[in-house]
Amino acid sequence: MSAQAPISPDEILLQAKQVTKVYPGTVALKNVDFNIYRGKVNVLIGENGAGKTTLMKILAGVEQASSGQLLMDGKEIHVSSPRDANRHGIGIIYQELNLYPNLSVSENIFMSHELTRFGTIREKDQYAIARDLMRRLEQDIDPNTIVGDLRIGQQQIIEIAKALAQNVRILIMDEPTSALSNIEVEVLFRIIRELKTQDVAIVYISHKLDELLQIGDYFTVLRDGALVAETHAGAINLNWIVEKMVGRRADSLFKHSEHKIEQEILQVNDLTLPRVGGGYVVDHVSFSLRAGEVVGIYGLMGAGRTELLESLMGLNSEARGAIILNGRNIAGLDIKSRIALGLSLVPEDRQLRGLIQKLSVSHNITLASLSRYLRMLALSSRLERASVRYEIDELRIKVANPDDLISSLSGGNQQKVVVGKSLLTNPKVLMLDEPTRGIDVAAKGEIFEIINQLALNGLGVLFVSSELKEVMAMADRVLVMWKGCITAELQKHEISQEAIAAASVGTQTSPETNTTQEAIR
Amino acid sequence: MSHASISMRQDKAAKQSLGRDPRMMVLRLRTLIALFILVVIFAFTAPAFLTTGNIIILVKQVALNAILGIGMTFVILTGGIDLSVGSIVGLAGMIAGGLITEGLILPMFGVSIFFNIPLVIAFTLIVGMVVGLLNGLIITKLNVTPFIATLGMLYMARSAALLRSNGATFPNLVGSDLLGNTGFPAIGAGTLMGLPWAIWIMVVFIFIASFVAARTPFGRQVYAVGGNERAAELSGVRVNRVKILAYMISGFCAAVVGLIITSQLVAAHPATGNSYELNAIAVVVLGGASLSGGRGSILGTIIGAFVIGVLNNGMVLIGLSEFVQTGITGFVIVAAVVLDQSQQRLQRQLALQQATAQVLDTQQGKEVA
Ligand SMILES: Nc1ncnc2c1ncn2[C@@H]1O[C@H](COP(=O)(O)OP(=O)(O)OP(=O)(O)O)[C@@H](O)[C@H]1O
Ligand SMILES: [Mg+2]
Repeated sequence: MSAQAPISPDEILLQAKQVTKVYPGTVALKNVDFNIYRGKVNVLIGENGAGKTTLMKILAGVEQASSGQLLMDGKEIHVSSPRDANRHGIGIIYQELNLYPNLSVSENIFMSHELTRFGTIREKDQYAIARDLMRRLEQDIDPNTIVGDLRIGQQQIIEIAKALAQNVRILIMDEPTSALSNIEVEVLFRIIRELKTQDVAIVYISHKLDELLQIGDYFTVLRDGALVAETHAGAINLNWIVEKMVGRRADSLFKHSEHKIEQEILQVNDLTLPRVGGGYVVDHVSFSLRAGEVVGIYGLMGAGRTELLESLMGLNSEARGAIILNGRNIAGLDIKSRIALGLSLVPEDRQLRGLIQKLSVSHNITLASLSRYLRMLALSSRLERASVRYEIDELRIKVANPDDLISSLSGGNQQKVVVGKSLLTNPKVLMLDEPTRGIDVAAKGEIFEIINQLALNGLGVLFVSSELKEVMAMADRVLVMWKGCITAELQKHEISQEAIAAASVGTQTSPETNTTQEAIR
Repeated sequence: MSHASISMRQDKAAKQSLGRDPRMMVLRLRTLIALFILVVIFAFTAPAFLTTGNIIILVKQVALNAILGIGMTFVILTGGIDLSVGSIVGLAGMIAGGLITEGLILPMFGVSIFFNIPLVIAFTLIVGMVVGLLNGLIITKLNVTPFIATLGMLYMARSAALLRSNGATFPNLVGSDLLGNTGFPAIGAGTLMGLPWAIWIMVVFIFIASFVAARTPFGRQVYAVGGNERAAELSGVRVNRVKILAYMISGFCAAVVGLIITSQLVAAHPATGNSYELNAIAVVVLGGASLSGGRGSILGTIIGAFVIGVLNNGMVLIGLSEFVQTGITGFVIVAAVVLDQSQQRLQRQLALQQATAQVLDTQQGKEVA
């Protein structure tokens, strides 16, 4: 199962041999071989916690292997720090964003390899290069913008720009597109193809499987820290990937069950959120949600979906409009009261809004539902443990010990913790903002299974997704947003790829959506 | 799937042996060990050190820093800092002293009302909490950083203490039978089962504070706010309320200390408590708390308070000059934090080494078999 002969005439640029990585409580990698081919896109796949990021961190010098070796151009190299990796021409775009929110775009791009002359930074040159990078990435972002003011998808683009600013031989991309929508993904792919012609080897990790098939040349699959397969693009299809990854067939995933849609549970009237420079981020939005109904909100990056959910949750105090939950107007209430009344939000940015890195897995899971474990004055650790166990089993969170710090979990498992935290608040209306960001296919299936189940139990579910397929598969009804407005509302039978895509760029296809638009204007 | 269960068993074994590794134990208990070493050193160099009398004096001293430190721990856990505690100590003393000596003066009626001692104490504690409340409100509602807000309060509260008597001392706070306000000196001088009240107060505070920090929703939320305010907010934690409460607890603790000192001296002096905030911060930091919030514990703070207390007491006993003492105290604080940093790194490395050794061992074992 390990040590395979080279499977093609292409040239191996970097070879990881028999790499093992042990963490206290976990063996993240077990004697893994991994080949990186020059000028090719080397895809690494595996479930959450399979060890992908760990392997990349070893290549990038962030972590040290417990045993094993790295060969570059056939010669053994030692990468004991990110600086070493840099010297060998290895660049990485990390899964979790690694930016300085208080600094500008160009300062971030050139952080720690600033362009200098006589010890002073050549701001003008940096600005010019950063601006060219933004053009290349087809982004309308001024390099002087403070990164903290950018949306998360834009921040991911800055991460990509950061890696492009250096001349690398190997570029590792650990889920670079998790916060991007299709248009930006296309841009990224164009750039990847450019890099290939310059003989740059790409390592590409993603849980968006059709992306992988589109861009990948070589495929390596990890399961439970061990190498399961390595092959080239010609030999595989989607089913093969899923089967190798999770050990079962794909067609059981993503099934939509009939929901019994009942009375209206949430009604939003004329919700607005003003934009700092004038205009609206959320532009007079009205819609309703019924118990037992799953409503998907689709839109491109910056359409105002996240801001809509955040305003509903009470995170934006400038939001105006009526939010009627179970017959009660909750606009003006604070977040805690909204949670108590049955509203819950799984946020888009788990590092910033979802998790507390200094706390353990279990303390993170129970944070939003502490009052449930209160006996007399104290938190009952028995009750807490039971809830934590339940969610870990229910969501199949891979964790060595619930008392471990949350930061020791893989990205996808951290995401599951955030979902678990929301579920424990017993929501009546559950809002999820890109809930499958960074989650593997099997877990996606699980999360959607749970969403299904919640809907069957009479919850209203509102979820934002940038993946058309997810929205189409899961939603009973789809709202499409564009520039802060709802540009289309599609019932189950009206949902089609064309209709959604058209509305998401503000063009109308059917007379119905036309009237919606006119009503809003 | 079988290899998964094997690795699970390995993991469990690794974890168990990890707890028992002597090197890990040393690292985890380092502050306690440092404390123990200090005690041993002084026991040998200063014959008077281990006498009952000295120990009681020592613990009585420790109690003051410990109580201040408990309040400070809550504040630091939220990621804040409270520089005003020293001034609150002084203000509290002046409020109590003033109430006993002059009563509450109502100028419009030309009378002053005298309260009995429990009411004086209650009123003083309320003043401490109100100052904390002001700190909290300035920080949360007016968006002033904790350092600046409480630095300002350091000056303002001190000014209030000085203004209360125009800088004079309220001496001889024994009260009078006529006014029904005798008994104030008992807080400082009274004993229970041979131990001064200050020590008992500290013990009660330790229990309550440890319980609050570790077992109540409020305590959990304090850690959460210090760890990631924005995530805590979305989880329904009322961030502002938690912060305000932390500053109120700190103000309350400072007022308690003010009462104890004033009672011990049987006099209230407006300069009392000058620079106590630095001691309080020192004991919290010595106890392993992170100034960026989210990490630390009440027990750590108490141990920190004992380290400082033993050090000061012992250095006096062996006759070190005061100038040297100050330097050593400073050195210990920095050394403790350096150690704390390297301890975390070391602990991680050790855990890794062990786990690795375990796995590689079993692998070899398999090959042999
Ligand atoms: N610092 C750490 N301490 C302990 N365990 C860790 C640490 N980092 C990662 N792990 C564990 O190693 C395993 C592999 O994690 P890794 O992040 O490589 O997964 P991944 O394949 O990138 O998953 P995902 O798709 O969710 O990002 C997981 O079980 C994780 O819990
Ligand atoms: Mg990962």
